[in-house]
Amino acid sequence: MNQSLSLPSWMLWLLGLFLLGFVLLAVYSVKRTNGIRRSFFASPYTLWMVLFTIVPCVLIAYYALTDANGAFTLDNFRNFWDSNYSVNQLYTQMGPEYEVLIQRGTVNIGILVYSLWMALLCTIICLVLGYPAAYFMADRNIKIGSILVVLFIIPMWMNFLLRTIAWMTLLEDQGLINTLLKSLGFHSVQLMYNDRAVLLGMVYNFLPFMVFPIYTSLTKMDSKLLEAAQDLGANHLHTFWRVTAPLSLPGVISGITMVFMPSVTTFFIPRILGGGNTMMFGDLIENRFLTEGNWNLGSALSLIMMVLILISLSVLRKADPEGEGGGMI
Amino acid sequence: MRNRLICTLLLLLVMVLPSAGLAEGVVNVFNWEDYISQDALDLFTEETGITVNYMNFTTNEDMLVKVRNSPSSFDVVFPSDYCIERMIHEDLLSPIDFANVPNLQYIDHNLLNPSYDPTGEYSVPYMWGTVGILYNTTLVASPVTSWSVLFDQQYQNNVFMMDSIRDCLGVALKYLGYSMNTRDPLELNAAKDLLIKQKKDGIVKAYQVDETKDKMVAGEAALALVWSGDAQYAIDLNPDLAYVVPDEGSNIWVDGMVIPKAAKNKANAELFIDFMSRPDVAQMNCNEIWYSTPNVAAIELMGDEYRDNLTMNPTQEIVDRCEFFLDIQDFIQIYNTMWLEIKSA
Repeated sequence: MNQSLSLPSWMLWLLGLFLLGFVLLAVYSVKRTNGIRRSFFASPYTLWMVLFTIVPCVLIAYYALTDANGAFTLDNFRNFWDSNYSVNQLYTQMGPEYEVLIQRGTVNIGILVYSLWMALLCTIICLVLGYPAAYFMADRNIKIGSILVVLFIIPMWMNFLLRTIAWMTLLEDQGLINTLLKSLGFHSVQLMYNDRAVLLGMVYNFLPFMVFPIYTSLTKMDSKLLEAAQDLGANHLHTFWRVTAPLSLPGVISGITMVFMPSVTTFFIPRILGGGNTMMFGDLIENRFLTEGNWNLGSALSLIMMVLILISLSVLRKADPEGEGGGMI
Repeated sequence: MRNRLICTLLLLLVMVLPSAGLAEGVVNVFNWEDYISQDALDLFTEETGITVNYMNFTTNEDMLVKVRNSPSSFDVVFPSDYCIERMIHEDLLSPIDFANVPNLQYIDHNLLNPSYDPTGEYSVPYMWGTVGILYNTTLVASPVTSWSVLFDQQYQNNVFMMDSIRDCLGVALKYLGYSMNTRDPLELNAAKDLLIKQKKDGIVKAYQVDETKDKMVAGEAALALVWSGDAQYAIDLNPDLAYVVPDEGSNIWVDGMVIPKAAKNKANAELFIDFMSRPDVAQMNCNEIWYSTPNVAAIELMGDEYRDNLTMNPTQEIVDRCEFFLDIQDFIQIYNTMWLEIKSA
């Protein structure tokens, strides 16, 4: 465990070379066109992206493929598949009486499956709640639509950690809801410290990410299409099914992506609303980094997460090739 | 009550900003959450003109990872015994120049050459305490004497466990009659099975650390695994609560003040340690956080109220049945693996 986490010096050289190359390229592009090209104005952002997106990804990949001493290894991925992989080797070394303890550990896989399941539930609930809400808000005949949009946005001005902690005060056994129930003569109910509370926290936090892309695609829709459909004899249900729904599909896909991605990597909510009784993949990665100090395994888990997200993104892109859903991803 | 938590979170957000001071007149302190008197910190700045950058951690393990990764960010750190041992072993600490810490004379001499720091060069004791059960006497009928209540089906959904590897597994080991520092995977496996059964039986309400004391005051659960100071804090706010160190024995610990080898402001760090060892300041801290102080002169200042309090000043008989955590070195890998199995069960 006595690991040194400083980077090898060649990484720093590589980073320096990279930045130098970038600057030279920028200068060259200015020279070649005898003036500043429009793309040059993108360079501050490009630099930002290189420093804070690409370099970290390279670092994650580096840590994931090395051990504590910086040597190449695939053990981190073996440890992902079998969470007891390392300790099993210890048991083997310690002697035959400990061989009874050797078995495959399913901690990482179990938490991943649980996270995917929770994210799926969260996405479905958000879609069921969010679509009618967006549909309602986008209706031009409803005056309060724009007020509702503002009401949806206001809570997002607050940090999500604080909003989640505020839920605690409501849901606790001695919290507001239960106090109210008891004063009305009902039994108190256990609202916190379980999966349902975690799911509630997730839906609460991610619902706007479902509503807004759908809302955007609905408001972008040409209302003449609806009139045309009705002129041609379609009733309301038919119009919705044949015109509105297909045209809002890009928004729905964008919404699903924007809810599902952060849901899978949720952390903190299980600890606060679930009382730490369950762990999600985000918590697991956090634990590997901060509690165990095992950056290599933590990076391997992050890498696996990123690959899973890339795969699902490309699947969703297939369904929405023009990226019309507000272009938010 | 919630304010404390929110404040802490805000503090954590601020912590993310690069705050480690390079300038003179700064000391970067890394301490446990809710573990010092703000008045004492203000007084330190007032008397010395040194600005305190105060940062928090929740468990020893979290602290160790942060100090390993950026040792130069901290000038004074407050680890527990076994972690000090670990840090000495990893060569992370710098010896303290005791010429700059004259107030060391007030510290209990029995604690100056402890097993975790045999030469006594690296640490100055700050507080000590025990691990035990905080329970609500209106919800638990008979006086608690054994760890067995934590595994009793009767208290379904009524127990807060501590979200801390060594404490949780240590208690299960102790209940089974093993040492809290075991290096026998079979014993550890038995403790793991016990904790998984406790969870599957629905006895555990939540695993948490800093939230527990306020929730116990509010009556959210009947029993909780806590540190003695948190217990005293809660008892002070809710007289229905009581604290006990079970008969099977428990963990006794000392948190020391240490200076990382890479500290940028060593002189200020020594000044800070000396200040915290001053009897009146030790008393301020003790009155605020309710842990036991190793400062003999401070105990005299506090008088009977402190001496008669069994939570803060346990009898020799209680102390004798407790054991220190030792650094288990690479064996921690097995503890970590088993802990995740419990948490994800």
